[in-house]
Amino acid sequence: MRRKKYLRVLSPLVLVSLALLLTGCDSALMDPKGQVGEEQRTLILTAFGLMQIVVIPVIVMTIAFAWRYRRSNRNATYSPDWHHSNKVEAVVWFVPCVIIAFLAVLTWYTSHSLDPHKPIQAEGDNAKDPIVIEAVSLDWKWLFIYPEQGIATVNELAFPEDTPVRFRVTSGSVMNSFFIPRLGSQIYAMAGMDNDVHLIADEQGVYPGRSTNYSGAGFSDMTFDAHVGSQQDFEAWVSKVRESSESLTFPDEYYDLAAPTEVNEIQYFSEVSPALYESIIKSFHAGGDHEERVAKYADSYADGFGHGHSDESHGESDESHGEPMSAEAAE
Amino acid sequence: MFGKLSLEAVPYDQPIIMVTVAAIVLGGLGMTGAITYFKKWGYLWKEWITSIDHKKLGIMYFIVALVMLIRGFADALMMRSQLAMASAGAEGFLPPSHYDQIFTAHGVIMIFFVAMPMVIGLMNLVVPLQIGARDVAFPFLNNLSFWLFAAGVILVNVSLFVGEFAKTGWLAYAPLSGLDYSPGVGVDYWIWALQISGIGTTMTGINFFVTIIKMRTKGMTMFRLPIFTWTSLCANVLIIASFPILTATIALLTLDRYLGMHFFTTDLGGNMMMYVNLIWAWGHPEVYILILPAFGVFSEVIATFAKKRLFGYNTMVWATVAITILSFVVWLHHFFTMGAGANVNAFFGIMTMIIAIPTGVKIFNWLFTMYRGRLEITSPVLWTLGFIITFTIGGMTGVMLSVPAANFVLHNSLFVIAHFHNVIIGGVVFGMMAGLTYWFPKAFGFTLNEKWGKRSFWCWITGFYVAFMPLYVLSFFGAVRRMQSYNNPEWQPLMIVAWVGALIIAAGIACTLIQFYVSIRDRKQNEDVSGDPWDARTLEWATSSPAPFYNFAHLPEVSSVDGFWEAKKANGGVPPISEPPYQDIHMPKNTWEGPVIALFATIFGFALVWHIWWLAIAGGIGMFATFMARIFNDDVDYYVPAAEVERIEREHRQRLKQKGDLAHSTRLEMQS
Repeated sequence: MRRKKYLRVLSPLVLVSLALLLTGCDSALMDPKGQVGEEQRTLILTAFGLMQIVVIPVIVMTIAFAWRYRRSNRNATYSPDWHHSNKVEAVVWFVPCVIIAFLAVLTWYTSHSLDPHKPIQAEGDNAKDPIVIEAVSLDWKWLFIYPEQGIATVNELAFPEDTPVRFRVTSGSVMNSFFIPRLGSQIYAMAGMDNDVHLIADEQGVYPGRSTNYSGAGFSDMTFDAHVGSQQDFEAWVSKVRESSESLTFPDEYYDLAAPTEVNEIQYFSEVSPALYESIIKSFHAGGDHEERVAKYADSYADGFGHGHSDESHGESDESHGEPMSAEAAE
Repeated sequence: MFGKLSLEAVPYDQPIIMVTVAAIVLGGLGMTGAITYFKKWGYLWKEWITSIDHKKLGIMYFIVALVMLIRGFADALMMRSQLAMASAGAEGFLPPSHYDQIFTAHGVIMIFFVAMPMVIGLMNLVVPLQIGARDVAFPFLNNLSFWLFAAGVILVNVSLFVGEFAKTGWLAYAPLSGLDYSPGVGVDYWIWALQISGIGTTMTGINFFVTIIKMRTKGMTMFRLPIFTWTSLCANVLIIASFPILTATIALLTLDRYLGMHFFTTDLGGNMMMYVNLIWAWGHPEVYILILPAFGVFSEVIATFAKKRLFGYNTMVWATVAITILSFVVWLHHFFTMGAGANVNAFFGIMTMIIAIPTGVKIFNWLFTMYRGRLEITSPVLWTLGFIITFTIGGMTGVMLSVPAANFVLHNSLFVIAHFHNVIIGGVVFGMMAGLTYWFPKAFGFTLNEKWGKRSFWCWITGFYVAFMPLYVLSFFGAVRRMQSYNNPEWQPLMIVAWVGALIIAAGIACTLIQFYVSIRDRKQNEDVSGDPWDARTLEWATSSPAPFYNFAHLPEVSSVDGFWEAKKANGGVPPISEPPYQDIHMPKNTWEGPVIALFATIFGFALVWHIWWLAIAGGIGMFATFMARIFNDDVDYYVPAAEVERIEREHRQRLKQKGDLAHSTRLEMQS
């Protein structure tokens, strides 16, 4: 009876976990396309494997002890006052200590080797010079600036394979996090702060990226694709962007772009103000005028019930009333 | 006159909310009608609302927690349904403006208004009994704490139908929670609900800390304290040390929002990462405030039902103390991706994984308590076994997250969601369910139905794995938390599996409700007259069930760990019965001031949310005046005459004689 109950819960669990393991093999984290991601996959698997030394015995012992020392089993030894054993204590302290000591060394080492701020030394014969791309999170889209090429895009990224990329990351609004799962490490985008993460792709392809840190109404669609191709592909892409008739000058055109939008389209800018990225960061510092510049968008954030959100079912109330309906916006 | 408040604040156009509100209003009216019809207002006021009895306060905490569990779980079901639908361009049924409130409310409710009151409720019910005390150190404060907590609950629920709740995530990270990006009243509801209930929690922490330190009965040295009391003591130390950080952080955010200051804004010198640091300096100890008492419950349950002394008592205590201290030096692991240097990240990562050592030792201690025991597989034991397995897996994923370089790809993903539900459901929920079943007879005088308890357990554990294992997998595909929709159709099958898991958990909650119904219906058969239905080991079982309001006619004495067990052994296997003569017992009087202060606090909070300044001032004055009335009230205690004690104890002995003879003889048979 009792055994049947264990089976009842265990068998679906085993099936589910097996199915999950199999589907997990080609996932973004388990099939990375860059050196950083590969090292992180190894690290995750190592940590996972190490801990099985404790996890599996605990699970087995839980079931075995509960079964063996169940009340109805009168063959099992019963020592009601046995509550201390130096040997057992030594083992249960020693084994976790050893595992954690090993993990701690691994942690110290990988925290430095995989430090997001650390430049990547490209390996091999086809190693190329690093490039810099500046990523700015806006509500709710990503602005990518290519300072060396003097271009910018929204929600589309391209760079050549085998080329270390230094992403400088900041925010023009609330906090977000810049992440391309197939390539490895994410990093926070914070207004007024200049963060960076170094990544590299060693295979061509289109890799989805997104903000992972919740930032408001349009967060779910704050996604972009990273196109990784050959050097020629990249140059062709740059030329394509340069054909755009749009420019992005600071402050006017930038603050137009900074207006909150959801499900933003891909945009190309053939010309950008010099030091646009630095200007965005400085706009939050002493003497910056970020607050006055974005004051006109204040109503866009007051999307309480009854108005304001972009989907159709709510749009009508906006039009019919011509003014925000909810109390907080009415103030 | 009414600040920002107008009739338009009610979301008439949201059918989901309006139906919920209608149900709440109808239910409320029905209940009010029933209380009036049966003329129970006086009883409620005298026996419950103004009560300073720690046992009754414990019960009230638990009732509120269970009601809020249903609300928080309804949020969870809606989130899982939304994500099962909103794939590849489909919008689902919840637009972001609603979905974002739901996940915020789910987190806030489950942590502050379900897990916390369950833990504090159990502490209330059990700790004074376990240390052989007649009440807590500050009984009035205890009543006030509960009602301030209730004020927070009321504010959160009012936000459902007057205005909106925060759309920021449960910790309301700045600058998103600042006035620029959240101009609505949602964050203000969050602020005042947490601020008011948080002050109640801080007072509870002080109250129980003093109670455990100062009110232990004769012979109850620190190293004879039951483990549940030890873990409660550590949890209260954590409350005292960490909740002021929360209060201060929220106060700074309040200044930003109400007085235009710039502590956490993006500009004018504000620093958002200061907020994130501060909130987690409270937030990480908070999770140990929840889990430590759950560890205590498992320790009591496993020793009682294995009929064996807890293995490694001293180790257990020191492991708890170690976790308490370490919990204050790990907060940065919640935001490794901030971009701190490698040394800082490595330090916090290693500190975090060191916590796994005392935790692992505790797990082995529970296992070795079962070893060579006589384990009766009751439902509290099932919850414990389920906990050991589930929590071990959750602990493992926690250590994975604590490695900074691995965290860089797992952070903010569904891995984090799966991990903390793994430890909170597997640890706190299972612990509270075990504790509820275990101590229920002490509160009500009859045991809970085992069949439905076990059904609830199987639903919860199956549902948990079906709901959360897919989230671990999805995180490897790049799925992140707090998404309202996703454009990758490959994720949908696993999202649907997770939704099925949530339904199975719903069945588990239904089983618990049926369990209550069946148990109350059959309460005569399940009556516990002895006061010691499980043949247990600690002092709370030395008095009758339900315990008399003065807890013990004679304060018990202990001379070892598991003092009650030893006393039974010395007495030929049966509990010693208290005999006359009795003495007058000094007890605190009920208080009207606690609920009234909290009522004014609710008004105060609501008025501040809506900027109704005159009402806020009125609420503030009301609180202060009531508090003054309490200070100058000298009539706060009385003596229970010895004759009254004797009458109550005599009745108990008679009941024991009638029914007890039979129960004891069967128990003795079982023991042999």
